[in-house]
Amino acid sequence: MYTPLRKIISVAFTAAIGLLPTLVLADDAPTLNSGDTAWMLTSTVLVLFMTIPGLALFYAGMVRSKNVLSVLMQCFAITGLMTILWVIAGYSIAFTEGTDYYGGLSKLFLAGVTADSLSGTIPETVFMTFQMTFAIITPALIVGAFAERMKFSAMLWFMAIWLLVVYAPICHWVWGGGWLGNMGVLDFAGGTVVHINAGVAGLVAALVLGKRKGYPGTMMPPHNLGYTLIGASMLWVGWFGFNAGSELAADGTAGMAMAVTQIATAMAALAWMFAEWVAHGKPSVLGIASGAVSGLVAITPASGTAGPMGAIAIGAAAGIGCFFAATKLKKIFGYDDSLDAFGVHAVGGIIGAILTGVFADASLGGVGLAEGVSISAQVSKQFIGVGATMVYTAIVSLILLKVVDVVIGLRVTEEQETEGLDIALHDERGYNL
Amino acid sequence: MKMISAIIKPFKLDDVREALSDVGVAGITVTEVKGFGRQKGHTELYRGAEYVVDFLPKIKVEIAVDDEIVEQVVEAISNAAKTGKIGDGKIFVTSLEQVVRVRTGETGSEAL
Repeated sequence: MYTPLRKIISVAFTAAIGLLPTLVLADDAPTLNSGDTAWMLTSTVLVLFMTIPGLALFYAGMVRSKNVLSVLMQCFAITGLMTILWVIAGYSIAFTEGTDYYGGLSKLFLAGVTADSLSGTIPETVFMTFQMTFAIITPALIVGAFAERMKFSAMLWFMAIWLLVVYAPICHWVWGGGWLGNMGVLDFAGGTVVHINAGVAGLVAALVLGKRKGYPGTMMPPHNLGYTLIGASMLWVGWFGFNAGSELAADGTAGMAMAVTQIATAMAALAWMFAEWVAHGKPSVLGIASGAVSGLVAITPASGTAGPMGAIAIGAAAGIGCFFAATKLKKIFGYDDSLDAFGVHAVGGIIGAILTGVFADASLGGVGLAEGVSISAQVSKQFIGVGATMVYTAIVSLILLKVVDVVIGLRVTEEQETEGLDIALHDERGYNL
Repeated sequence: MKMISAIIKPFKLDDVREALSDVGVAGITVTEVKGFGRQKGHTELYRGAEYVVDFLPKIKVEIAVDDEIVEQVVEAISNAAKTGKIGDGKIFVTSLEQVVRVRTGETGSEAL
């Protein structure tokens, strides 16, 4: 969405246009490109497919059978709720001109967004909906951290406010003309906005809610790893919309984004598989699926700037780094991030965001950094982007969770938790066998 | 009459059933059971979370037989169920006081 290179080109372009007669300038206003529009319509569908059913199944398979519906329900309800909130205020806060930190309110209720409005070369309706699917998957990712113990009502309240005071502003910082984007932080498709943001909020939620009853002593094995593998596969496929779609056009950058997404994901899946094989003696289905997701996460910020060899390096780092985070780090610190939202999304996001600054350099096969910016200078900017996102989301998420806890309570009762959330909260059971 | 209960490895069930037919056993009852002995359990590992599964799945075969073929039956099960590794199972022989065939009301050896 934003690269220094493109900024330079556009500045040069604007300067060149300035020298031409006014008549030509008028002709050069962006017009609708049907190729770009077709690709963005497709991308939007692919990204929605990532959440439902992709992420929903990925998570549902990892919980115990008594909680399978609760996780599916959370992902589905989030899809509905975020859609409406995005239309009411989220889109305006994220993508209209405002301050460096918060967008304006001129497009509340999609005011002024008509069938004829354009955003670049695509209809604004398509851009708005494409961005909406990002605003859906980000809160849905957090579900993994507090699965099997949070009240459904508390989850809805937390997610609703979180979208408006955490997601939309950070989205504005990076993509909506805010301070991180202006500073030159590279985040092509959402390493900071989506993954670090959701992963850190998840960790905070896991800490505030506390461990599941019986964790880590009681057996809590995934109840259906088949679901998990199907979900991971859907995420992999849908992610081409996420990354190649973030170019907002059907062009060479989108093509390269597609290629590096595939390459990094494959590498990360293999890296986790082999790391596990070495560390534990056997390669596992949950391991290779988790590895693939960690690669998808890590290549996300770099997908518009890295080359194929950079993708291999980023994938390998993500597979091994997230393997360590999910299997060792969690044990060392003892937090109960049920499905590793932090271990995969925050850790993979951080690895990806930092390495984006490295592998964007032309000497390493990337598209090249902005003129006069060295790798170390770019990496420092990446660190600022990562740090700012982590601090902001951690603090605001903590406050939100505490408020919701005081007002309606975050956790289900011990009895409900033992019975399972499906029966306790929804009066249904996943399996009537 | 004796009641023979054999705990065996699940994959040996077909072999045991054939061996029993060969020595003239006319009927058996099979149950899926779980337990542990010297074999202990196994471990499962999910993203580094290790679970020890104490109880292993086994098959329990129950056969009611006349006293004169007890040894033959026990030998047939032993041979058929044996792999030579820990966890092959056990055979319990207990005395059986009465047997009734529900359909005809026959009792004792007649009912076997």
